[in-house]
This record gives sequence, C-alpha cells and structure tokens, in this order.
Amino acid sequence: MAYITLDHVSFEYPGGFLAVDDISMEIEKGECIAIIGQNGAGKTTTVKMLNGLLRPTKGDVIIGDMNSKDHTIAQMSRNVGYVFQNPDDQIFHSTIYDEVAFGTKVLNKTEQETKKLVDYALEITNLAQYRDVNPFNLPFSIRKFISIAAIIAMDTQVMIFDEPTAGQDLTGNLRLSSILEHLHKEGKTLITISHDMEFVVNNFDRVIVMANKKVVTSGAPSEIFWNFEALEKSMLKQPYVSRLCKTLNLGGNIVTMEETSQAILKAVNAKTVS
Amino acid sequence: MGTVVEFKNVTYTYPLSEKPAIKNMSFKIEEGKFYGVIGENGSGKTTLCSLVRGFAPDFYKGTLEGEVLVDGKPTTEYGPGELALKFGYVFQNPFNQISGVKDTVFEEVAFGLENFGFDPDEIEQRVTDVMELTDITAIALKNPFELSGGQQQRVALASTIVLKPDILVIDEPTSQLDPEGTESVFKIISEMKNEHKTILLVEHKVDLLAEYADEILVLKDSELIKAGPKQEILSDISLLKKNVQLPQMSILGNELRKLGLPIKNIPITEDQAVDIVKSHLAKGGKS
Repeated sequence: MAYITLDHVSFEYPGGFLAVDDISMEIEKGECIAIIGQNGAGKTTTVKMLNGLLRPTKGDVIIGDMNSKDHTIAQMSRNVGYVFQNPDDQIFHSTIYDEVAFGTKVLNKTEQETKKLVDYALEITNLAQYRDVNPFNLPFSIRKFISIAAIIAMDTQVMIFDEPTAGQDLTGNLRLSSILEHLHKEGKTLITISHDMEFVVNNFDRVIVMANKKVVTSGAPSEIFWNFEALEKSMLKQPYVSRLCKTLNLGGNIVTMEETSQAILKAVNAKTVS
Repeated sequence: MGTVVEFKNVTYTYPLSEKPAIKNMSFKIEEGKFYGVIGENGSGKTTLCSLVRGFAPDFYKGTLEGEVLVDGKPTTEYGPGELALKFGYVFQNPFNQISGVKDTVFEEVAFGLENFGFDPDEIEQRVTDVMELTDITAIALKNPFELSGGQQQRVALASTIVLKPDILVIDEPTSQLDPEGTESVFKIISEMKNEHKTILLVEHKVDLLAEYADEILVLKDSELIKAGPKQEILSDISLLKKNVQLPQMSILGNELRKLGLPIKNIPITEDQAVDIVKSHLAKGGKS
C-alpha cells in the first residue's frame, strides 16, 4: 500500500459547503508532488486533511499506519507538516529563532536536538542571518520562508507547502527549488500547491490536477501539460515554452526550456540543405 | 499626452530607518500609458507606489528629498484627501484594504462611492457593473473576510476601479490567483487603459507584462536601474544577471543564441518567438 492514501474522501465545511467531493489518491514515500488547479478547486482543503487540520466528512485518510479518524492533530502533525498559504496565519513569535524552534519544543526534542534542527532549517532556507530578527520586520516573501523553516525544523516525513511561489521573485523561486531538492534527497515526501506552471515543470516528478472539488488526473509534467482535455477541464494552461512548441508543431511533449531550445535547433538544422 | 506624475531626484527614507527605501529616482509617467514595475522583493516597489500617490511622506512621514510632482504640483502641497480622488490604489495584501465594516462584498465595493457621496442609484449601477467586470457577482452577498485569498484580491480590485480614478496604482494584484484569474485581471486592467486611465502595476509575472504593458520600470536595491518601452527592457538579457526575472520567451531567445542560432532581436512574447523561429526554419541552419 502507498504511504499516503486518500480513499473516497469528501469534505463538507460546517454550513454545508462541499469543498472536496469523493477523491482518491495514493502517494508513495519520498515522492515529490505538485497539486495544481484553479482557486476553489479543493487543493488546500485536501492537503489540510493530510495532517488532521481537517477531518474528512466521508472516506479515509491514511498516512503510514495511521488513519486520521483515530488520531489527534497533534499525533498526525508529527508525521505531516503543513506550511500555511499565508505565513501570517502561522507566525506568532517575536524572533525567527523562537518561531522556528516552536515545533521542535512541541515534539519534546532536547535542547541540543532543537538547536541542530533549527540551525539546519535556517541554513537551507537562507535565514541564518535573521535568526534574532522579529518576523514582522521582514517582507512577506521572507516571512514565507520563516513558515517553511518552522516545518523543516519539525523534521516530519511528509511536508506540505501551500502556494510557496505566490509573490516570490526570481531569487525566491530559486531558493524554493533548492529547498525542495535538499528535502527530496533526504527522502522526505513533498507535496506542493502552486499556480506557477514553470515552477511545477522544473521541480516535480508528478503532478496531480484538481478541478471542481475532484481529482482530474495525475502524471508526469510532460503528460499533464499535453493532456488538453485535462487542462481545459481544470482551466489551466501549458507552460509558455510548451505553448510555443504546440504552435510550431514541434511535438514530443516538451515542457522545459532546454527541451524547447534543443527541439528548435534540431528543426532548424533539419531544414538545412547542405 | 501629458506627464501626470514626475519624480525629480527623489530619495525617501522611512522614519527610524537608516537606509533610504528609494534612492535618487527620476522618471515621468505619461497619461494613458500602462507601466509595469518589476524588481526583486525589497527593492522599493511598494514604497514607489506610496510616493506616487502622496501617501509617503504624508501618512508614513519620513524624509523626502527631491520632488514628486502630480500634474506639475508637488504631492506635499496637496491638501488631505485631494490625491485620493485622483489615484486608485489596490493593496498588495487585500486583507489590509478590505474595510472590515461591511458585511457583504456588494456593500464593500460600494463603500468608497458612499463616502464620496454619490447618488444611491448611481452607486448601485456602478457596483453591479464592476462586479460583473471582475467576476464577483456570484459572491455579492458573502462576507469579504470569508473569501479565499484570490477572491479577496478581486474584491479589492473592484472596490478601487469602481471609483473610476484617473490613475490606478496596483500592487501585485495576482499573487494568489490561478493562471486563468491572473489573465482575467490583466484583461480588466488593460480595459481600464482603453478608458484612458493611467496604470502603474507592480507585478512579478513578466510574461503577462510583455503582453499587456507599454513601459517597464526596473528597480534594484532602492534604485531605478532601467526604464523604457517594454520591448527594449524585457529583451535586455543582462538584467538576468541582476536577478531580474525576464519573460520565458526572452530567456528562450537567449538560449537559442547560446546554441548558435543567429537571433537578431530577442523576442518577449509568444507571437514574436513564433515569427522568429519560423523565419529561421524557412532559412535553415548553417550548412
């Protein structure tokens, strides 16, 4: 069985709003997955069910050998860390060090372990220089990295990042890529929600597409971004380079910059009359 | 077309801050044009927005050297609230903009018009139209604080454009929107341009600026390092080295150059890239 299983899961908010409608998915340990889809497709609700912040109103969410029905949020969140979409929903300490150390304290780590985990988290998020700074003196895009460091310090097997690319600049996106790469190498299971298709193509092995409270399909970026039926259903577009390749009829399910430039070069050279 | 805003050697420092947030900046904003403001986080983009509409130094205090002229008159010489009629501002974080005193989206969007004392019939008509335009009619009766980040961003945009200001200053309105929603916001903004509004838009999504904007301002470390027509700025590959994001098509043009294809002009949009590649396909490569 997969490490994470969602089996016919639905979620209805109090008041009767159905946010997720009978979805099933399986995620293996160590996978690096992106979830894409429109605002309101059910992405955030789905991932909040993975760490027990929300409980399915129907179906089962199983992480390892734990069914979320039988465990508290405290128990679930030892295994699954969730980085909020809005860092201000998460941050509440007056220094970055304390903020990032909070989770490790909850997990009853020793002082020595805490220090090691926090230093590591600050290092890979490039925040070491700010350790004694008040988070609210830093811009939104940096606060997002604080909320990411706080989860990394908890050292959970599964880590969920909810729209980390929102509002990031070039440097921020590159830093996110390097954080994901680091964690992937350590064997973490990574689930990221993003609206940035270029970021998705360059950082994830598998993409889950959601639309209208349901899972539409899942697969490698090269499959997903050339599956026009799925894209239309989920109101998503191909990455810019793929759109160009489609217009130019270059074929080959191209999704990256490098593939595109190579395919163009090949096509031009093929036209050469020697 | 006249100059509506002019920065003359502007340096601005926030109170209690040692370093200026804006350093020695000079540029003009022409009436009816769409300006994109790009640059790293922390480079001064939001402060620029505050200076343009006189919010700095009037509200934030701090020290202003040089002059920010609106219609030829320094912002510091305008009376309280005078500039609010001329400028519409959409906050980076919609949470900071939504009034918190209105229970429905409809009332929230109507709030500004009410304050300006418009006739109720006109308010209703304008609010209905703008909600249609920004695609929030379906959530008209919801509480603004019960909306998703993306929906709040649309409400914030609607609340501002309903006032029909001459100059729209918009700070990252699409950060939480999906690609479809983002594109629709760009379309709404360029429709404002057709109504002869002047637009200043802070945005990281350069691919869409390449499509919709007229001019680009590039900020780095509190300075204006580049300004001009989008074609010139967004095809300037040297900006990548300064951590400025460029459109995917510009990067592709540069990659093709590196591979030895003689790309004369770097494309910034898909249409331009298609034309360039087609012309190379027609010619073929080196024999």
